[in-house]
Amino acid sequence: MKLRVTYFALIAGYLAAAAPAYATEYVIDTKGAHASINFRIKHLGFSWLAGRFDTFSGGFVYDDKKPEASTVNVEIDVASINSNHAERDKHLRSADFLDAAKFPKATFVSKSVSPKGDGKATIAGDLTLRGVTKPVIIEAQFIGGGDDPWGGFRQGFEGSTTLTLADFGIPDKLGPASKTVELALHVEGVKK
Amino acid sequence: MLRARNVIKDTSAGYGAVSRWLHWLMAIAIFAMFALGWWMVELTYYSPYYTSAPNLHRSVGIVLTAVLVLRFFWRIANVKPDDAELSPFERRASHWVHWGFYALLLALMISGYLISTPDGRPIEVFGLFNVPSLIQQKGLADTAGWIHWGLAYFVIALAIIHSAAALKHHFADHSSILTRMWSGPPST
Repeated sequence: MKLRVTYFALIAGYLAAAAPAYATEYVIDTKGAHASINFRIKHLGFSWLAGRFDTFSGGFVYDDKKPEASTVNVEIDVASINSNHAERDKHLRSADFLDAAKFPKATFVSKSVSPKGDGKATIAGDLTLRGVTKPVIIEAQFIGGGDDPWGGFRQGFEGSTTLTLADFGIPDKLGPASKTVELALHVEGVKK
Repeated sequence: MLRARNVIKDTSAGYGAVSRWLHWLMAIAIFAMFALGWWMVELTYYSPYYTSAPNLHRSVGIVLTAVLVLRFFWRIANVKPDDAELSPFERRASHWVHWGFYALLLALMISGYLISTPDGRPIEVFGLFNVPSLIQQKGLADTAGWIHWGLAYFVIALAIIHSAAALKHHFADHSSILTRMWSGPPST
């Protein structure tokens, strides 16, 4: 028994040493749903309509010693839009808005990460939505990281950005108060 | 020919008042609902009818579903008016068209219901009562939407064929098929 524990420790030590120290890869924890892509858009200018994309996947590379070397990529299933109203979601998926049948995927690929200290960073990248690729800036904030209670290692962030619907060819249907949509991104990654 | 407008049940010679009222009410409602549906989906967000037109469409749809079920039971509870004057082909065709209407309309109504209810929300009927949501499933509204759209055109196409056939029997064949749906069976 003691021998077996020793072997295990040796193997674990070897695996840990083999992992590259500078860039750790993380899988966004969509499996355990510790990540969400939320949006909000003004309704008539009177209030905020909130919703989210239920299905997406992605990952990031992050090293707290070298945050500027971080990268992130996310792929969103556009049809998974959920504003808690079946008829509205059907409309949002239609060609009047996201045209999810023609453009089923939206993607974000980071191009550069500029740390601003205090766990903050500006992530510049390309967002492809409705078949249109545009540069976007995400203001990101490190929330926390470390060993989880179940043997994994995690890092978590939040981010926000504002998109102009017209930039992505989304028809102007909602009126003057609703030309932009705010995204709130909550991401927790599990170390690969 | 003198016709008995006040006969309630169908006879072998023609349709009673209940069948005739149900027939013409639904004929008007089906074309009106098609027009309403076709128009309302193109309304802009700031149209004053953006919410009221779909509300009316849903409410009328629920009432029509009840009428369809009533009509089905009335049909099977009554004798079928005589169709001996029809050719075997016409008899078969009319048989398929009539029962096809029941099946298609029921499917049309169920699919419409499933556009509005898969998030758990009920359908409010003229603000009087609610028809609850029975099936909650993500993406069901989209599938139901396509089916509803396709069936609507199919039903209207069938209604046009049905009307053309009735007019042909009336004007070309000088048969009483159209008159007996309008005026009831001949007096005895």
